[in-house]
Amino acid sequence: MAKVESGMAGNVWKVLVKEGDEVKAGQEVVILESMKMEIPVSVEQDGTITKVLVNEGDFVNDTDVIVEVE
Amino acid sequence: MFSKILIANRGEIARRVIRTCKKLGIKSVAVYSEADADSLFVREADEAYCVGKPPVNQSYLNVDEIIAAAKNSGAEAVHPGYGLLSENSVFASRCKAEGLVFIGPPPEIIASMGSKIEARKTMKEAGVPIIEGINTPLENEEEASMAAEKIGYPLMLKASAGGGGIGMQLVNSEEELLKAFAGNKKRAESFFGDGAMFLEKYIAEPHHIEVQILADTHGNIVPLWERECSIQRRNQKVVEEAPSPFISEETRTKMLDAAVAAAKHIGYTNAGTIEFLVDKEQNFYFLEMNTRLQVEHPVTEEITGLDLVEEQLKVAAGEKLSFTREEVQRRGHSIEVRIYAEDPKTFFPSPGKITQFSLPGGEGIRHECSVEAGSQVTPFYDPMIAKLVVWGESRNQACERLKNALENYEVEGIKTNIPMLLKTITHEQFLAGYTTTQFVNEYYLPQLTSTK
Repeated sequence: MAKVESGMAGNVWKVLVKEGDEVKAGQEVVILESMKMEIPVSVEQDGTITKVLVNEGDFVNDTDVIVEVE
Repeated sequence: MFSKILIANRGEIARRVIRTCKKLGIKSVAVYSEADADSLFVREADEAYCVGKPPVNQSYLNVDEIIAAAKNSGAEAVHPGYGLLSENSVFASRCKAEGLVFIGPPPEIIASMGSKIEARKTMKEAGVPIIEGINTPLENEEEASMAAEKIGYPLMLKASAGGGGIGMQLVNSEEELLKAFAGNKKRAESFFGDGAMFLEKYIAEPHHIEVQILADTHGNIVPLWERECSIQRRNQKVVEEAPSPFISEETRTKMLDAAVAAAKHIGYTNAGTIEFLVDKEQNFYFLEMNTRLQVEHPVTEEITGLDLVEEQLKVAAGEKLSFTREEVQRRGHSIEVRIYAEDPKTFFPSPGKITQFSLPGGEGIRHECSVEAGSQVTPFYDPMIAKLVVWGESRNQACERLKNALENYEVEGIKTNIPMLLKTITHEQFLAGYTTTQFVNEYYLPQLTSTK
């Protein structure tokens, strides 16, 4: 199981996946908004999303886990 | 003149307005979010009111709280700065209804220039050249591709309510237009609450050159020369200078005349900027009008010796401009660079704590900054932390002073774009004075990969 961290402090603008979705390495799962810029967060491996830990509008810090991939 | 004003903004521009207030003996009132409680501008204002939580829609865009602060403090006028509520006609109307003077043009003018499609129509009436394009909102892909066929590719697809490059895309073919349309429309709807889209012919090698004007409420309009702002990343300006090294005196006069005609036609008052795109043959076309003070106003101050915030306050207080177009001399050359908290290669934001901050001094060096050592750069607002402004007798001298200052500019704890600025202002294309809006893509980014 891999945990995907946000990598940057910001607001969650869009959540692009839900639990159970199949994802491919490099696929964008969440878009953050930080300092007026959209920042996509991608998964690094193929797998299935087992958990989505954020909602649109949430504030996250750079080390917060946003999704888990199996 | 007013005795107390409220500043509905934050960061360096709030400090800039406070400085002029102190000079004129006007009391200043700051409003701030919880994230900015320790900021310099909050300490420097005579009074300060917390107006909410860090996200802008809960603080700096919270009209009710800001109006309440103005009333409680006894302020007579509101300076909106740039960004945030500065071009919000509803806020300007609300100020008026509450008996506060909005330091800017009347609400109707803000609204008419806020719609790019409306502004195109108005400027055409005023006899100002506009880029070939369409003046009605495009409802869907079909309408867009029919309009595109008539004008011819390449085209710029734009959002009527857009700003900061959002909802804007270059399209080279019908295929690209069809692919880009829905996404940009949706983005414009979510960012600006208005998905009206239009098309303009693409101008090759475009230079972004804008004219600063001042207009009083007695019918006097004075142009304060131009600013060249072609160097941009993510459609936002990074380096600005005055005068433009690109245009001839003849073009300059024509552009200033066009700006005055535009302001006169719409009955403009206070400080405003008419932005133009200029092609390689020096044909110029109306791009948009900014109905507020601009980030880059200091370069105009440096070459004219005027204090634009002071002029704004005087106009808002009903005073007449104290000079004519002929009396505004320009002297030397000024360049401003924007210091952003961001990665200099990817332009991704870099929030964090500034551990060390030391500014270079020297002749012709001016600083406008919002931070100090120990400041926290939060992810809630624009990444600009400071502006470095230089003045020189000649453009060469200004370039040299800028290079020296940037080399001695110390910011630690966060990433900044200073390495990018240094590469830009020492590039032969920049030194030659031929900058286009494609500079970063054509010269800066390739330079990075070639030195890897």
